Amino acid sequence: MTSWIEIGALDDIPRLGSRVVRTPGGNIAVFRTESDEVFALDDRCPHKGGPLSQGIVHNKRVTCPLHNFVIELASGQAVAPDEGCTHTHPAKVENGVVWLSVRQAAAVS
Amino acid sequence: MLDKVTKQKLVVIGNGMAGIRTVEALLERAPDLYDITVFGSEPYGNYNRILLSPVLAGEKTVDDIMLNTVDWYEDNNITLRKGETISMIDRRTCEVVTEAGERVPYDRLLIATGSNPIMLPLPGKDLPGVIGFRDIYDVDRMIKASTDYRNAVVIGGGLLGLEAANGLMKRGMNVTVVHLLDTLMERQLDPVAGGLLRKSLEERGMVFKMPAQTQAILGEDRVTGVRFGDGTELAADLVVMAVGIRPNFELAKKAGLYCERGIVVSDTMQTYDGRIYAVGECVQHRRQTYGLVAPLFDQAKVCANHLAMKGFATYDGSVTSTKLKVTGIDLFSAGDFAPGPDKEEIVLQDANRGVYKRIILKDKKIVGAVLYGDTIDGPWYFQHLRDGTDVSHMRERLVFGAANLGDGGVNGQNSVAAMSDETEICGCNGVCKGAIVKAISEKKLFTLDDVRAHTKASSSCGSCTGLVEQVLAFTLGGDYSAAPKVKPLCKCTDHSHDDVRRVIVEQQLKTIPAVMRFMEWKTLNGCHSCRPALNYYLLATWPGEYRDDQQSRFINERVHANIQKDGTYSVVPRMWGGVTTPSELRAIADVAEKFNIPTVKVTGGQRIDLLGVKKEDLPAVWADLNDAGMVSGHAYAKGLRTVKTCVGSEWCRFGTQDSTGLGVKLEKFMWGSWTPAKVKLGVSGCPRNCAEATCKDVGVVCVDSGYEIHFAGAAGLHIKGTEFLTKVETEDETLEVIVALTQLYREEGWYLERMYKWCDRVGLEQIRKRVVDDIANRKALFARFAHSQQFAQTDPWAERASRGVDRNEFAPLAELELA
Ligand SMILES: Cc1cc2nc3c(=O)[nH]c(=O)nc-3n(C[C@H](O)[C@H](O)[C@H](O)COP(=O)(O)OP(=O)(O)OC[C@H]3O[C@@H](n4cnc5c(N)ncnc54)[C@H](O)[C@@H]3O)c2cc1C
Ligand code: SF4
Ligand code: SF4
Ligand code: FES
Repeated sequence: MTSWIEIGALDDIPRLGSRVVRTPGGNIAVFRTESDEVFALDDRCPHKGGPLSQGIVHNKRVTCPLHNFVIELASGQAVAPDEGCTHTHPAKVENGVVWLSVRQAAAVS
Repeated sequence: MLDKVTKQKLVVIGNGMAGIRTVEALLERAPDLYDITVFGSEPYGNYNRILLSPVLAGEKTVDDIMLNTVDWYEDNNITLRKGETISMIDRRTCEVVTEAGERVPYDRLLIATGSNPIMLPLPGKDLPGVIGFRDIYDVDRMIKASTDYRNAVVIGGGLLGLEAANGLMKRGMNVTVVHLLDTLMERQLDPVAGGLLRKSLEERGMVFKMPAQTQAILGEDRVTGVRFGDGTELAADLVVMAVGIRPNFELAKKAGLYCERGIVVSDTMQTYDGRIYAVGECVQHRRQTYGLVAPLFDQAKVCANHLAMKGFATYDGSVTSTKLKVTGIDLFSAGDFAPGPDKEEIVLQDANRGVYKRIILKDKKIVGAVLYGDTIDGPWYFQHLRDGTDVSHMRERLVFGAANLGDGGVNGQNSVAAMSDETEICGCNGVCKGAIVKAISEKKLFTLDDVRAHTKASSSCGSCTGLVEQVLAFTLGGDYSAAPKVKPLCKCTDHSHDDVRRVIVEQQLKTIPAVMRFMEWKTLNGCHSCRPALNYYLLATWPGEYRDDQQSRFINERVHANIQKDGTYSVVPRMWGGVTTPSELRAIADVAEKFNIPTVKVTGGQRIDLLGVKKEDLPAVWADLNDAGMVSGHAYAKGLRTVKTCVGSEWCRFGTQDSTGLGVKLEKFMWGSWTPAKVKLGVSGCPRNCAEATCKDVGVVCVDSGYEIHFAGAAGLHIKGTEFLTKVETEDETLEVIVALTQLYREEGWYLERMYKWCDRVGLEQIRKRVVDDIANRKALFARFAHSQQFAQTDPWAERASRGVDRNEFAPLAELELA
């Protein structure tokens, strides 16, 4: 059962940008692409834990601000040649409102 | 030889441009299929009719314009029967009949009889001295008349008439152009462009009588004058009729082939008799007749395809464009430019440069273009017109074109570089840039003639010669050795930093998406390498106009602090010239305590770093620092960082000048500026150099007699002493030189290229010339820097701390307390 939580307005996230959602299990970065899709990932780079929310978003990827790992927003996978994976969380937009479903197991890690 | 007997017979009537182009195309596809016989009324091989105008004007000779000499026919086993006219086609027996009565059989017949000039049915039209403008014979007669007589009247102010008039004028005649309407070339030009054209022709000495209707041609044994509808008369020894052409289809019509305004052909260029094909000006295709070579050449290809029995090509009609071949006048027209309620127009008129451009849009697409004075973008517009490109995204800069040169070769080359491979360079022969480039590199071509021979580009009307030469120059590079491949900006594009910077300026590109679209980026939104680069280039190019794109900034520049390994930030307030005060220090101490900032450290750039600040605390930290009068030190910026100074003459016993004061002055003038990479300055009060000025991006070493300016040093990953740039006498000059130097770097440096690397790349002398020697240039650079500082010198901390800029950046979107 996915339980959706309303986390804010789409307009509060910049296009090609990201905002952070605080959770007891750590920060989740919510990204908005140019075409207004949203994706949610743990705000931790698989490399050395860099805050992905602070990276540059391009197409459906984000580049970690610390050492330029490029992470796929949809899967959380690092783009080759880099390796690693960040946990993703389901996210969606409905009528301009962003909803998040926190995958507990992933968040509490 | 048996082969020879069994080969089919192809007979061609008309040894002109369309007919022979078809034969050439046929030979390429099926060299041995036919026995070919060509009949031509004119006593020559095939020549380039278009270039009769330059022949008339004395710019070319008849030999120059020969396309296929008699030898060519022999070499290709074609029987050329020049000077022989076909007077009848016998479809029943499949034979053509010559004027002399000889019958020649065919299996396939190609009619390419072109058209004839319309001779107005006026009294006196048959007098000697009244001629059309169609072939070498006409041109010979005109040239002869120009040596024997003085006054010429050209009837018709269209393309042909004006080229005739221009040629006759060049040959010394007094020429009056009579035109029925009040706009010249009204089929190609709108009234504004027509007016510009008229003005510049008048400046060359051409006289116009328009609107005017010719009523009669006067004279007894030879033309002596012309009378008009209003009763006035004009003396004339030569009258050229250039009012239009009429497709030459009498022969076909007599043979019972269906004709309307021309010989009616299908999409496969066949007449109503399946064995008989027709191409060129004599045909009518989908209700349309053509009087320009480009469509005829399209037809030729299709026709050859069918004659070669490859049977798949179809001709769908052509959109045409026109250029006037009068040396020194640049004029281009294409498509439909009549105004209409559903059309939009973009007009650029620059009276000083004599430039007029009108682009007509309909449903977001270009449907017409009229260019006068600067036609280099003609092919570009024409390509979008034919492709039906949606141009709405580039609407605002459309009128500047793809290749906005007009001012000389160097730029020209560059804009050719920016053209896509599909851009048509030679409209007559439909040759694209890509094909030319390919031929040049694969076939190792070096000259214009080589290119002409191999690609046919520039071999018809010659209007594109300049462009072809630029493609040649651009492809071969400055010298003819293999030019090294330029390094692309990043993997999202093949263009180099230089290309991108140049195109941004030339095309007036003002947003990142605009650059990406125009330069055909390979990725949707670029990547972390190119976006910050583009953002910088746009910012540096369009100060005050470009809106900084926060999402294309590296995090440090987006949040105006330096990210640390744990995701916290460091904060470095500016300390002008490394000088601080007790109250500033007190404020820093208070902030550190108030926000539990774990580390306070002195930096190498003579200021204080507060490390470990949480992102959400940043605005409050800044607010407190702002209250104490401090602003951002831009310790995170690809921009001006620190100006390190020594205490200089104010305190030091060796000091020669006020190095601290000068450092502060430099920093106050230059802070806030964005540069390709970080810029650090140093000012030492004497050659002992306590401020380590000679390993900075820019360093000043004070001496008794003035200031030595050094630059291009580095003390990071690489250690490099500075280069000596120049020595000046005053502080003001020092400031001027350093600012100009920095501006040049801002304008030319590649993103992330430190000053020393830039210097390596472009050369010390080059830089010195422009910053030191050329004083006017120095002042211009200084002025540009000063201009851009107006928009750059706002403290980003204050904006965010108290003016709410980018508030979202620093607060979480939501805080969840999960069950
Ligand atoms: C001065 C001038 C300038 C021009 N400038 C341009 C320009 O800038 N751009 C452009 O695109 N176009 C231009 N044109 C038009 C272009 O030249 C023509 O569109 C093109 O030549 C037409 O080719 P064609 O083969 O149909 O006819 P032509 O080239 O006229 O060839 C027809 C040939 O058939 C011969 N012929 C006719 N009847 C018979 C017969 N019964 N038996 C044997 N032979 C016969 C004719 O003598 C002629 O040689 C210009 C034309 C002229 C005259
Ligand atoms: S550089 Fe010269 S003037 Fe400056 S502190 Fe050192 S010794 Fe003194
Ligand atoms: S020298 Fe290396 S470790 Fe030290 S601050 Fe600079 S980048 Fe970091
Ligand atoms: S922590 Fe993300 S790349 Fe190193």
